[in-house]
Amino acid sequence: MRPINTFILSIIAASFLCVTNAQAADIVNVYSARKEALIKPLLDEFSATTSIKVNLITGKADALLKRLQVEGSASPADVFITVDAGRLHRAKQAGVLKPVSLALLEQRIPQALRDSAGYWYGLTLRARPIIYAKQRVQLNELSTYEELASKTWAGRICLRSSQAIYNQSLVAATMDSIGAEATLNWMQGMVNNLAKPPSGGDVDQLKAVAAGVCDATIANTYYLGRLINSSKPAEQAVASNLAVFWPNQSGEGGQGRGAHFNVSGAGMTKYGKHPEQAKALLEYLASDAAQRWYADINNEYPVVAGVGISETLKGFGRYKMDPINLEILGQNNRQAVQLMDRAGWR
Amino acid sequence: MFKRHGLSAFAVVIAAFLSLPVIVIVSYVFQADGALWQHLFETVLNDYLINSLLLLLGVGTGVLVLGVPTAWLTSMCSFPGRRWLSWALLLPLAVPAYIIAYTYTGLLDFAGPVQIWIRELTGLGYGDYWFFEIRSLGGAIVMMSLVLYPYVYLMARAAFLEQSVSSIEVGCSLGYSRWRAMWSLALPMARPAIIAGLSLALMETLADYGTVQYFGVSTFTTGIFRTFYGYGDTAAAAQLAASLLAFVILLVLLERYSRRRARYHSAAESRARADLIPLTGSGAIMAVVACLMPLMFGFIIPAIQLLLWAVFEAEPLGWDFVGLAWNSFSLAFIAAIIAVSLAIILSYAKRTKPIKPVRTVIAMAGFGYALPGTIIAIGVLIPLAWADHGLIALFEGFGWDSPGLLLSGSLVALLFAYTVRFLAVALGSVQSGLEKIKPSLDYAGRSMGYTPLAILRKIHVPLMRSSVLTAILIVFVDVLKELPATLILRPFNFNTMAVRAYELASDERLVDAAPASIMIVLVGLIPVLMLHASIVRRRPH
Repeated sequence: MRPINTFILSIIAASFLCVTNAQAADIVNVYSARKEALIKPLLDEFSATTSIKVNLITGKADALLKRLQVEGSASPADVFITVDAGRLHRAKQAGVLKPVSLALLEQRIPQALRDSAGYWYGLTLRARPIIYAKQRVQLNELSTYEELASKTWAGRICLRSSQAIYNQSLVAATMDSIGAEATLNWMQGMVNNLAKPPSGGDVDQLKAVAAGVCDATIANTYYLGRLINSSKPAEQAVASNLAVFWPNQSGEGGQGRGAHFNVSGAGMTKYGKHPEQAKALLEYLASDAAQRWYADINNEYPVVAGVGISETLKGFGRYKMDPINLEILGQNNRQAVQLMDRAGWR
Repeated sequence: MFKRHGLSAFAVVIAAFLSLPVIVIVSYVFQADGALWQHLFETVLNDYLINSLLLLLGVGTGVLVLGVPTAWLTSMCSFPGRRWLSWALLLPLAVPAYIIAYTYTGLLDFAGPVQIWIRELTGLGYGDYWFFEIRSLGGAIVMMSLVLYPYVYLMARAAFLEQSVSSIEVGCSLGYSRWRAMWSLALPMARPAIIAGLSLALMETLADYGTVQYFGVSTFTTGIFRTFYGYGDTAAAAQLAASLLAFVILLVLLERYSRRRARYHSAAESRARADLIPLTGSGAIMAVVACLMPLMFGFIIPAIQLLLWAVFEAEPLGWDFVGLAWNSFSLAFIAAIIAVSLAIILSYAKRTKPIKPVRTVIAMAGFGYALPGTIIAIGVLIPLAWADHGLIALFEGFGWDSPGLLLSGSLVALLFAYTVRFLAVALGSVQSGLEKIKPSLDYAGRSMGYTPLAILRKIHVPLMRSSVLTAILIVFVDVLKELPATLILRPFNFNTMAVRAYELASDERLVDAAPASIMIVLVGLIPVLMLHASIVRRRPH
């Protein structure tokens, strides 16, 4: 038993070292709901240029948020990175973020894509348009998100579950534009038009459209971008059957509001112990180089105007974006989920 | 006085400590948000309940059908391949439920190779032919049954092996046929073990989130996460979790009531080789097929698919996988040792003094298994962070630097969470082992002047060696596969293989998640094989 005891003790000792490590001087501690693969390379680059060491924990947004809340004033985190404006808003409401006015970011990031008081800043744009099967859909069948509830689409739609925050935010934005009652009707219509009950992720919906299970879905474009650029022939084949349609581009009032966009973003934590380093990190994430990286590696649109986008993104065509202030997504989220429950969107 | 009550008091303290996270969660019951409950009740709660019950019923049937006959065959009958099948049947234990779900979906859904092949062969389009919809309640039942049956198999097999042969022989001498003896004697005698395995499988089913979420089945657990993530409402989520717990407690009480005063002791004699029922001809073929099926579908097919993805399609693992594997392995190992040691202390305290407070607290300590890992993690985080704030205040009171989050920000939190979550697993196995030892042995030990601790060490532990090893094995593999608590509680820059697999899978790169998944399976295999060898070493072959 003795070697085992030593072993156990050394592991436990090591676990304490992990803590003290997070307290050293020139570092910044990050809680990120962006996956490691989609943030670590940038953080490494940041460390290389500034020699500020970055400590990282990734996880699910709401769980990390809860951790921040529970840790309170003792939390080691300096920066909270997450996807979806709804989540960023929730973090602000939970009182774990700190308002900071960063001149550089205010100048580079459009006002609608950041919190008005500086609690959070949007760092990448994610579009959620309609994606359809080229062969089976006539272009005149497509016009708006609302149109997907009409009879012509009976049995032809795939949707991801309402559990996905991307769908919740889409609904939250729609509510703002056409009202809760019309949004409920729209969702009920779409649910009636489903070819199969919601399951799987965005990529699964794209595959279903390509395989002929249904003719159209609503999905984030970077998933399509990834399939297009995939080295796997099967995924390229899926992508070759699909095309992007930007809905709600013209018309009166809500009808012409533009396609739904969301952000991934970051904010500084209320009790962060390394505010200077945290600022440097946020500024780096909005730099041209970082913005380009998002576009090239994950096919997300940059928030900073004038940063070049990849050929794949150019291939999706020009669009008009719903100019909604993203704070509203967060404010409407709870009601949106309740409406989805009522519409029977699983 | 302390000497007589010391163990009980110690056990109560430990158990109370381990119940803390569950108590934290249950205490949310008092912050009810009536409006949200009203809404849930009107819209989705009904679906959640029905689906969860159907899932339980399905998986319960599935694990019994797969687990008990195979355990009986491999421990009581002799047929070709019995020896290797008896350990190979454990292999699906190493496959996490969400991973087998991803794998079969990749194989069997409309965009998978099987259906594409059917379409190419027949020229039919999607919807022109019938095919099993893997992403469904039925699919979830099959997936979970395939990876959870080893709990029943392990426990039932250990029970069959430890059964005293004399009772079976008495049965036979009284005119029972071998099969009749199985139905009327061996199975009822193994019942506590089978029930222990079954309840583990069912609790795991209730706590599962990954599989049902991916398959789009709305269960009680997806409901918990919907209220947590969708509504951002921890209190309501905790209340749902507490209702889940109430349901589990009800089941446990029902089972206990149905057993009432029955006791299951046996003289621990080992059985001689001649007792195996020889199977030949069609009987032997059927036995081999019955044992091969769960192995085939629960392990071989998914493992081959994962391997193919890992080798031909996925982005290769970097060198950091060594670190990941080490993190996973060491965490799982330490957690297993801690959980099983505590389980032994608790079960033993209960045996020496089966008074109500001891029994109640121990039962409470085991309920962590029925709660989803995320919920447990929150239950762990809250008291540990509270303790940390106390420590920081203390340090600052002395004028020292703040030590940071010593408990909640370190591996202590993770190990605590694992112990809370998986104590039930260890308790189940250890208790069923302990129950089979006649109390007369304790009396004999005590009459010879042994202290309770000496009796435990010199009499009980050797007698229930295989139960203890089984407990270590299951906790190890469970921790290895554990994801949600690890995700929330891990310290900075600390990843495990399950975390890596999850990150890729949740980024919808299932194929790229294959190398990490296969590593989980492989690391899980090591103790399965080692411990199995050790369990059977003393058994006749």
